[in-house]
Amino acid sequence: MANYSTNEFKSGLKVMLDNEPCSIIENDYVKPGKGQAFNRVKLRNLRTGRTIDKTFKSGDSLEGADVIELDMEYLYNDGEFWHFMATDGSFEQHGASAEAVGDTVKWLKEQEKYVVVLYNGAILTVAPPNFIELEVTETDPGVKGDTVQGVYKPATLSTGAVVKVPLFINIGEMLRIDTRSGEYVSRA
Amino acid sequence: MTLWQPSASRTALLARQSLYQTIRRYFAEQGVLEVDTPILGQAPVSDPNIDVMSIDLVHTDTRRYLHTSPEYAMKRLLCAGSGDIYQICKVFRAGEAGQRHNPEFTMLEWYRLGWSLSQLMDEVATIVHQSLEARWPMLPVLHFSYAEAMQRFVDIDVHRATDSELAVIGTTLAGQDLGLSRDGWLDIIMSHQVEPALPSDTLVFINDFPASQAALAQVTTNVDGIPVAQRFELFFNGTELANGYFELTDPVEQRQRFQQERERGTLDLERPLDENLLAALASGLPSCVGVAMGLDRLLMHQQQASAIAEVLSFDWTRA
Repeated sequence: MANYSTNEFKSGLKVMLDNEPCSIIENDYVKPGKGQAFNRVKLRNLRTGRTIDKTFKSGDSLEGADVIELDMEYLYNDGEFWHFMATDGSFEQHGASAEAVGDTVKWLKEQEKYVVVLYNGAILTVAPPNFIELEVTETDPGVKGDTVQGVYKPATLSTGAVVKVPLFINIGEMLRIDTRSGEYVSRA
Repeated sequence: MTLWQPSASRTALLARQSLYQTIRRYFAEQGVLEVDTPILGQAPVSDPNIDVMSIDLVHTDTRRYLHTSPEYAMKRLLCAGSGDIYQICKVFRAGEAGQRHNPEFTMLEWYRLGWSLSQLMDEVATIVHQSLEARWPMLPVLHFSYAEAMQRFVDIDVHRATDSELAVIGTTLAGQDLGLSRDGWLDIIMSHQVEPALPSDTLVFINDFPASQAALAQVTTNVDGIPVAQRFELFFNGTELANGYFELTDPVEQRQRFQQERERGTLDLERPLDENLLAALASGLPSCVGVAMGLDRLLMHQQQASAIAEVLSFDWTRA
């Protein structure tokens, strides 16, 4: 991979830091009127999701990371790996480990599109769409007409995720969920 | 927005015009002469931390350097007896691009004969306040020595701290060991810990810099017997706005510092010494103080702009 100098740093650039693939979130150029120039960089470790603050001398460089983002459709789980297929017409398939799938496992729905990060050709992370529609498989019976605001009950969805839903929701209903907060949005 | 269009709004263009008017009116009332010195000089700045832009003239072996501040030429005017002078000009520093940096930027620089550094700081505060008055009717002023600021915000005795103590603090702040010199680590500590901790909505002057960061300022001994540079910097809401000196007038000392800077720098560029400046100093620079202020930064505060591009007609990417 190519090396990138600090003056090529920009948000979204994928680089290797301490042997870990990272994405640059912010790059701030610091230059005292009299004194050395630095770049204060905020990076996200693409494997762990952790953010890191690092300062570099201006002119230093980092190796680029062989990382690509792909839109992929979730296919099935074979007991060990979760399989995805590219939606760009290539039908390219990759299996993701439990570590790569992480918390997204509770939002995995067949034929849904996910943003998959490939690092050296293997799936590193899987990100769900911001909103997803899922079926309620288990919850206490709905109370018809009860639209009291702010009162919730737990409901289990088809993917196994448990979310808080209003009292009037019943088993079998399709709900729209915000995957970032894990919150119920509306009936689908 | 497409790239042919300006990066500044019309409001920002008007603000720049009115800032220049305010400054020119102030100096006219004060009897300070406005001057205009060459942009393309025969010798570049000696500071190894500043990247100079140069041009090679076609069909000749002549190289000229774009000035990074009008300091040298203005000092030659002072030596020639100009009296108090000021200048508003574009200056150029290669590679300095970012949220608050543009490689071509506007500087206000002025010199006062026979003044003390504290008189100059008062005048800097007056000018900054005039241009920020609409947003900050009251603008408190705070003064710290470099050592006081380091003591208060980092809890270190900066003049007595060892190089390795500073390196340990700097490494933690930088997130890695950058293998810097003492001054390099001091810059890290200053920019990463002190500057963000300075009180906001306040003009904060820091003076008495370590002697190693004197540049072209005189070095004197402070009350604790430690040599410090007669130099100040002005910080406001997270940015450095101005840098002032009690100017070095001794041509021998000046030549030494030039040589030292040369030896310290790992220059890609063979930088000739400015012999004209040295000759002028030899003929006598009157006792004076001088300061450079970044006008784009000042406009950013006035306009509450988050990027310098918002106050430039065309930023570096559109120029």
